[in-house]
Amino acid sequence: MANLKKSFSIKGMHCASCVKVIEKELSKTKGVVSANVNLATEEAFVEFDPKLTSDAVICSAVSNVGYKALASEDKTDKELEKKEKEKEIKTLKKKAFISLFLGGLILWGSFPGIVNFSPVFLRNFFVQFLLATPVQFWAGLAFYKATIPALKHRTANMDTLVAVGTSVAYLYSVFITFFPNIMLKMSIEIMPYFDVSTIVIGLILLGRFFEARAKGQTSEAIKKLIGLQAKTARVLVNGKEKDVSIEDVKIGDIVRVRPGEKIPVDGSIIEGESSIDESMITGESIPVDKFKGDRVIGATFNKSGTFLYKAEKIGEETMLAQIVKLVQSAQGSKAPIQRLADTISSYFVPIVIMLAIVTFVIWFDFGPSPSLPFALLNMVAVLIIACPCAMGLATPTAVMVGTGKGAENGILIKDAQSLEISHKIDTVVFDKTGTLTKGEPEVTDVISLSYDLKDKILFYAASLEKGSEHSLADAILKEAESFKIKLKKVDKFKAIAGHGIEGEIDKKMIYFGNRKLMEREKIDIKKAEEKLSKLEEEGKTSMLLAENKKLVGIIAVADPIKESAKAGIDELSSMGIETVMLTGDNERTANAIAKKIGIKKVLADVLPEDKKIEIEKIQENGKIVAMVGDGINDAPALVLANVGIAMGTGTDIAMESSDITLVNKDLRSVAKSVRLSKLTMRTIRMNLFWAFGYNIILIPVAMGALYPFFNILLSPIFASAAMALSSVSVVTNSLRLKGVK
Amino acid sequence: MDKVIVTIIGAFGIVFTYWFFLFKKEKEVQANGSIDIIVDGGYSPSLISLEVNKKIIINFLRKDSNSCLEEVVFPDFKIKRYLPLNKKVTIELNPSKKGEYSFRCGMNMFHGKIVVK
Repeated sequence: MANLKKSFSIKGMHCASCVKVIEKELSKTKGVVSANVNLATEEAFVEFDPKLTSDAVICSAVSNVGYKALASEDKTDKELEKKEKEKEIKTLKKKAFISLFLGGLILWGSFPGIVNFSPVFLRNFFVQFLLATPVQFWAGLAFYKATIPALKHRTANMDTLVAVGTSVAYLYSVFITFFPNIMLKMSIEIMPYFDVSTIVIGLILLGRFFEARAKGQTSEAIKKLIGLQAKTARVLVNGKEKDVSIEDVKIGDIVRVRPGEKIPVDGSIIEGESSIDESMITGESIPVDKFKGDRVIGATFNKSGTFLYKAEKIGEETMLAQIVKLVQSAQGSKAPIQRLADTISSYFVPIVIMLAIVTFVIWFDFGPSPSLPFALLNMVAVLIIACPCAMGLATPTAVMVGTGKGAENGILIKDAQSLEISHKIDTVVFDKTGTLTKGEPEVTDVISLSYDLKDKILFYAASLEKGSEHSLADAILKEAESFKIKLKKVDKFKAIAGHGIEGEIDKKMIYFGNRKLMEREKIDIKKAEEKLSKLEEEGKTSMLLAENKKLVGIIAVADPIKESAKAGIDELSSMGIETVMLTGDNERTANAIAKKIGIKKVLADVLPEDKKIEIEKIQENGKIVAMVGDGINDAPALVLANVGIAMGTGTDIAMESSDITLVNKDLRSVAKSVRLSKLTMRTIRMNLFWAFGYNIILIPVAMGALYPFFNILLSPIFASAAMALSSVSVVTNSLRLKGVK
Repeated sequence: MDKVIVTIIGAFGIVFTYWFFLFKKEKEVQANGSIDIIVDGGYSPSLISLEVNKKIIINFLRKDSNSCLEEVVFPDFKIKRYLPLNKKVTIELNPSKKGEYSFRCGMNMFHGKIVVK
């Protein structure tokens, strides 16, 4: 294996002697071929044999002499992209302004009217030639450089049009300047068009400069997300804290986070508590209090406490990395609305070249005299005004800004197609448990029908539930624990699916379950009927407790409704979107909850496997359905819905089966997603209308369609200004989406 | 006489443009495992065929400084990658369905195609 060259960033150097010390230590290290330390950049460039040594050995060699070294990774594509972009923008700016300055001088010396005020030397065609030539071949070099290889592939693009257009104007002017007699013989006025060739190049470069600057902003959201990543982590090694690079954190590492620091990777708190600002990931502006056992997300910001946590997800597995990946892939996907632009753009440039030839022939054959300059200028105008870029930029820039905007608000959109369909949604179906409700049931009522003490009801129920896996068991056990009730061992325990549980405690047979269990055991529940219906009307799930076939109590459990539920439903209703609740609960309980949050239509008693069928039924009525669920139990329904929205944590399978993931779990985000989709689609339509309309209207004008009626012709200079404006305006229009609340 | 000549040349120019740009036959290159695509005024090769359910590694090398070609997009695979100048960028695909999948530059001016058979 060849030697590796790598740079390490060094901390703690103060003077040139530090440099020497580190260099000496490194060159003594086995496997190191050479080491150069730079004080100014605080970097060490080390060439080493990877078979004999490693990053870690080199870092420890540096720390042996009292400094700190971190292996810096190779420059990432993102950094390269940033550098190249900055360079490109700088070059464009320089070239555009020089071209426009030189072009301006030529224009001054040649344009009717102002020419009379110009210095005489500027009117000289040879001087104009000298000013125009660097613009054509230095500033305009990029157009040729793009055109020649493209022609080899028999393809053409925007640059081809600019290169051909300006070359025609330039070469014609050169010919006139050097061979005026030939032109005179053909009775053509001696009038070069160096102003056209230079100013067109200047304006198009200026347009590209603005476009490049604006385009950089469309991908800002992704850059911001990547920038959130912490660089180092404070890992506990043998009880001592050690700063390591984020890449060196391993699963299972114990990390300490202090107030005001970024959390490096995902994990769970094992000691301490804190208030954490997760707004960068979830869009939720209020900090979240976290305690022992709670999950923390990498890249979020620790506000108040110090805590220790165990690293559970690193590198590509972290939530931030997953979000970045998802947003990136969404921005690379294709919106169906783009299809038309795609088809047209592949024929566009050749068609424009053909139209330019037609323009030349028509003006030459039928145009007013002198026909050659007219034919030439109009042909150049056609070549210059055509702007396929605007069509190419119309959809992707809006999709980029739209998906980026979503990510900033905790709304992750899987692809452009999902973004597009979302604006058509007219029905939103919500799964109840875990979506509209918190998914953490709590005991709300303990009603005794014969004992004096409610504790006894809880004691029997909790003792039985200890062995059960029922989803409500947790709530009952928690309640018993809060009253410090001691539980007893249960004999003859039996769980009856869909009914409840039974078992023997203190030699008494105890039954705990729903009405069906009581019916099965032939236990009379008449005396509880009134209380039961009252509880159900309040949206609570009731369970009955019987001792030796005699009903003794009721325990009611309710799953608290999320704070954002009512506001979320109200927003959707105000947008004219129908909301539906889908649940396995009985109708009375479901209706009670629906009423509380303002949902009018309820589909109750739906078994998990039938959720899909219900979605299908709604779709059969011609509705465009969004299904909102947790993404795990209801994955088939999410996939089947036109848009599947998962209230996910962003890391799991939920993101796979859904089109939109709401990282913030805020129900108001459903309406926000629809609104974002509507605004993005409106922007795309506006962009496409502008880009197409621009070409459809202005190409005929450049050909001279208005000349027979109004004597209007489009100068190539105006054509280039319009062209430069068209792509800039499309990108700027997309950027407006960033300001949306 | 001039007009006749210009008209004939113009007509020839139109036919030539049509033939030159719209009648080109791409040379199909069979990919086995991996393929290098040079990005210089377009993609060469620009027509790649491969077998269904076979992984392919595509190495893009951009030699063209034109910013139009700085991104490559595979819309069907939801891949958009920046291509730094003169630096190899690897994209891995595993098409599980037969059909034609296009790839293009960020501005949709240059195109290539992958035919999965």
